[in-house]
Amino acid sequence: MISNAITASNLTKKFGNFTAVDNITFNVKRGEVFGFLGANGAGKTTAIKMLIGLSKPSGGEATVAGLNLMTQSEKIKERIGYMSQKFSLYEDLTIRQNINFYGGVYGLKRKDIRTKTADILAELQLEDKADEKVGGLPLGWKQRLSFSVANVHDPDVVFLDEPTGGVDPATRRQFWEMIYAAASGGRTIFVTTHYMDEAEYCDRISIMVAGKIAALGTPGELKERFAAKSMDEVFLRLVR
Amino acid sequence: MNGIEVENISKSFGDTLALDALSFKVAQGERFGLLGPDGAGKSTLFKILTTLLLPDAGRATVAGWDIDKDFKEIRRHVGYMPGKFSLYQDLSVSENLNFFATIFGTTIKANYHLIKPIYEQIEPFRDRRAGALSGGMKQKLALCCALIHQPKVLFLDEPTTGVDAVSRDEFWAMLAQLKDAGITILVSTPYMDEAERCERVALLQTGKILALDRPQTIVGNFTEPLWAIRADNYYQLLLDLRKAPFSQRVEVFGEFLHLTARPATTGEEITTYAEHCGHGNILLKPAEATIEDVFLALM
Repeated sequence: MISNAITASNLTKKFGNFTAVDNITFNVKRGEVFGFLGANGAGKTTAIKMLIGLSKPSGGEATVAGLNLMTQSEKIKERIGYMSQKFSLYEDLTIRQNINFYGGVYGLKRKDIRTKTADILAELQLEDKADEKVGGLPLGWKQRLSFSVANVHDPDVVFLDEPTGGVDPATRRQFWEMIYAAASGGRTIFVTTHYMDEAEYCDRISIMVAGKIAALGTPGELKERFAAKSMDEVFLRLVR
Repeated sequence: MNGIEVENISKSFGDTLALDALSFKVAQGERFGLLGPDGAGKSTLFKILTTLLLPDAGRATVAGWDIDKDFKEIRRHVGYMPGKFSLYQDLSVSENLNFFATIFGTTIKANYHLIKPIYEQIEPFRDRRAGALSGGMKQKLALCCALIHQPKVLFLDEPTTGVDAVSRDEFWAMLAQLKDAGITILVSTPYMDEAERCERVALLQTGKILALDRPQTIVGNFTEPLWAIRADNYYQLLLDLRKAPFSQRVEVFGEFLHLTARPATTGEEITTYAEHCGHGNILLKPAEATIEDVFLALM
């Protein structure tokens, strides 16, 4: 079994004369919750687009789920899940239809989709709401359903883009417990967020500044290194 | 005179009770925070206080004016920054600012002192279209536009949502500077860690106030025994501790779990229990409560 879910070595992306991602090197272990942080415009989005196979690197090498990013990017797409705060579910479809749809997109068999649907509805305690439209659900339910749907094909790595904005502290914790449960089963979680208190929930964190990785470590290590009380302070010191 | 007075304000949308007999006062010149998640009723309250929506019951005044009778006065004398970016995307930075100054019958020059520290940061981009600005810049421009007519009360609905940590920090620093101008500020945020940037806060959940005071006082009133604990297997530790006889509540809290123990539980008891469950590298220490601990306890 592979021990690293993601490896990046001197990964680079240039747009004309501008180097958006500048020789970044890092590994994410299997089953790790990895936080990928950076200010607006630091190159985070460009880096993620490369890792999920939407943008071709200008240089360097990377593997995702043991597959080569340069030669197997289509295969990688089958092995990853993606959840974004902005768009993940179809609001006009019901909960059941959304699960069906994503199961279908990822090529699950009808029988497996049925089992998955039952599992997800039970886990989220949404059995009695299965045929309601997603648009009417509270934000916290939408977020958890999005996460379940991003996991419908049992991917090796799930990418989460600002997953828990705007919900109350209890709802946010329910979400993180789902993440930890998935990670303890060996799934790798790759999280990007603006919110440093969310970063504290990750096993390890990298912080990008101007296209480079300026710091990488556990939240505890980074706070110690920068003599900071919180990740917010670490971030402000690095980025300012 | 108070900056804002709210008395038993209620508002429903169909079967949903968005605001449930809400009452509070904000002193003139105070920076008051409304902390609550999506759906707590923050935006509904802002719309009522800025006279864009009538309550079903209750009364309120803004800078001494009644939200029903004196709505025209209120509109002339408040600044409002809605949650959604609402400036003219196709106008430049300076055109937007000029527009807002003009409709309020004033000029940029007349009130420049008020926006100077904020506007200076976006002035290099004065000819850029507002739609092409970064999130942090848009937020600064929106604040300038809400201030340009020297309002008595400033309403900021989730001004820091979607903005990076550096811009958020700068934004709060700017609000603190406005204190000298005597402007009353009502600001909402879903981010609990921003509570300490306000002089007083109300914790809002499904249209009700859970707590209202200075942030330090709210946190200081949390007296239950609170521990921070971690071990090699964080998730398994969470599951094990929830089953422990001494646990009242166990929550994930970043690097550590927060454990609210029953009174008289000793640290040794907790460590021994975790060791019996097979955990390694156990680290246990008394925890200082945060505003999130209070929120979780009150919910």
